[in-house]
Amino acid sequence: MKAHVFITLKNGVLDPQGKAIHHALEGLGFSGVNDVRAGKLIELDLADGTADAEIEDMCRKLLANTVIENFRIERLENA
Amino acid sequence: MRSAVIVFPGSNCDRDLAVALEQVTGRKPAMVWHRETDLPEGVDFIGVPGGFSYGDYLRSGAMAARSPIMRAVTDAAGSGVPVIGICNGFQVLTEAGLLPGALMRNAALKFVCREVPLRVENSQSLFTANYDAGEEIVFPVAHHDGNYQADETTLDRLEGEGRVAFRYLDEVNGSARRIAGILNESGNVLGLMPHPERVVEPAHGRTDGRRLFEGLLETVNA
Repeated sequence: MKAHVFITLKNGVLDPQGKAIHHALEGLGFSGVNDVRAGKLIELDLADGTADAEIEDMCRKLLANTVIENFRIERLENA
Repeated sequence: MRSAVIVFPGSNCDRDLAVALEQVTGRKPAMVWHRETDLPEGVDFIGVPGGFSYGDYLRSGAMAARSPIMRAVTDAAGSGVPVIGICNGFQVLTEAGLLPGALMRNAALKFVCREVPLRVENSQSLFTANYDAGEEIVFPVAHHDGNYQADETTLDRLEGEGRVAFRYLDEVNGSARRIAGILNESGNVLGLMPHPERVVEPAHGRTDGRRLFEGLLETVNA
């Protein structure tokens, strides 16, 4: 069973990388971009039956720094 | 003073810190590999050095903060042993929960490597007793992720409790309130981005950092 963990910066936390990407997009002529926020995607290959609570525990203990980041878990069915 | 320097894969200021400590204390520190589970008997000072532990994978300091030795460091800090985290060491201590907040990518996205003027905001701590309050000193910085951030409540609390030890005089990396170094609640854990261990002898061009280690030695031996 696979799961995706999306890690994003909390609202209000300055994202210099997102800003730089935004500027680069503008430099390429993409004028319709209002904002860019960069995050991470972590793909976990898990033993069948791994509980949601356990994945959340992984996020809190290591995958995300909850001082500045939010996480969202998405289980991939049939993967 | 029996000091220990923690060494992670990717640490690169561990020897600088060891040399500084040996010069000031007259005793070679124990170099403790991150996979150890115990600190040497009787250690009364712990240094978490700068570098790029684990190649900054996931987040700077994140992997190092979960390594076996950090449990022993956390226990020692809890029992009052002074702990300093310099640069990557500061990132490790925030990731380990020994200090509040987080160190993010520098606001201008550039790696900053130069000498920066700092103000000593608290001269009453274990680490800063040999400086005057408000004194201006110069330490070098060399980091990509030194942008200190915490929520407003935490920042207000740090300020109110005199836990901002050092503050940048100029804009360096986007840090909230130009914070360069902070203390934990009990005052025995200091994290800072600038490098005091790189300014301890005249050959370094400056000796502003020496007093930090000398002050600590006096307190620990007192």
